[in-house]
Amino acid sequence: MLRRLLVFIPLLIFVTVSVFLWRGLQLDPTELPSALIGKPVPAFSLSSVFDENAQLTQEQLKGKPALLNVWATWCPTCKQEHEQLNRIARNEGVTIYGINYKDDRAKAQEWLTRYENPYVLNIYDDKGLLGLDLGVYGAPETYILDKDGIIRYRHVGEVNEKVWDTLRRRMQDLEGSGS
Amino acid sequence: MRHLLIVLLLWLPLTAQAAIDSFEFSDEATRERFYSLTAELRCPKCQNQNIADSNSPIAQDLRTEIHRMLQQGDSDKDIVDFMVARYGEFVLYRPRVTAQTLVLWYGPFGLLAVGAVVVLVMTRRRKKAPRPGISAGSESSQTEPVEPLSDAERHRLDKLLKQDEK
Repeated sequence: MLRRLLVFIPLLIFVTVSVFLWRGLQLDPTELPSALIGKPVPAFSLSSVFDENAQLTQEQLKGKPALLNVWATWCPTCKQEHEQLNRIARNEGVTIYGINYKDDRAKAQEWLTRYENPYVLNIYDDKGLLGLDLGVYGAPETYILDKDGIIRYRHVGEVNEKVWDTLRRRMQDLEGSGS
Repeated sequence: MRHLLIVLLLWLPLTAQAAIDSFEFSDEATRERFYSLTAELRCPKCQNQNIADSNSPIAQDLRTEIHRMLQQGDSDKDIVDFMVARYGEFVLYRPRVTAQTLVLWYGPFGLLAVGAVVVLVMTRRRKKAPRPGISAGSESSQTEPVEPLSDAERHRLDKLLKQDEK
């Protein structure tokens, strides 16, 4: 009897491996968890896109839950998601901070004037130093910050309607829990 | 003249390669450390390349950063910690031994041990099997008790064996 059952072992192994491989197909390997989840935004002191003499620091990102969006004029996907960010800021009153990543000041200014400026603050990170500390590996990236400036979530890639639904739910959770 | 031209052309790829990495190091040992570090750290953007191979902007930035840290006198551990703090354990091509990676590191040895036990048990069983009395019936001719041949049978066997010799 036992010997009969042993015959099914290869089938069992096959099914197990198939399940794992099938799961593997659904995973997106480019989606990396941020190493900074639950940690504060790294310390920085950078100028503003519009004002060379302004000094922006991580302290200014505190106050209420917000989005932190990393973008650049050389990044085509940033152009795609810009309209969505405008809508979020305009219609839903969400605070969005922008990091202009490894870009040119004049180009960034022109972009923000031409396509509207959804950002409350425009951090000018031309050397990509803040980007490096944040673990940015490709623009656009969008982080959710809570009111203490702690990173709660990271999304790599375009913020479209579907992604924004997820982000909005997470931000509502933050406000709901009173943190 | 032609030979000179060929020699010059042969030099071209060498100079082209030198242009990719133009880092200066204080000594050979640091250069070696730079190469081994960039070979063991994974590029976060192009995930199947290390940061030494990759030409993506982020890999270039990370090479510059590693070079800067090396010149500044940071240890290999400092640099690896710096990378892990920003990009996570993911950037290590050789994962560290932690509770999470224990199976990864020692799982194969465990499987090997299981395999060895299985082989051992199977060979033991097989040795025991041919003896009369054990599991008789279910197994084939191998386990049937051996009886000596009768005279008539022996005669027939001899005849059969010899028939090929002709």
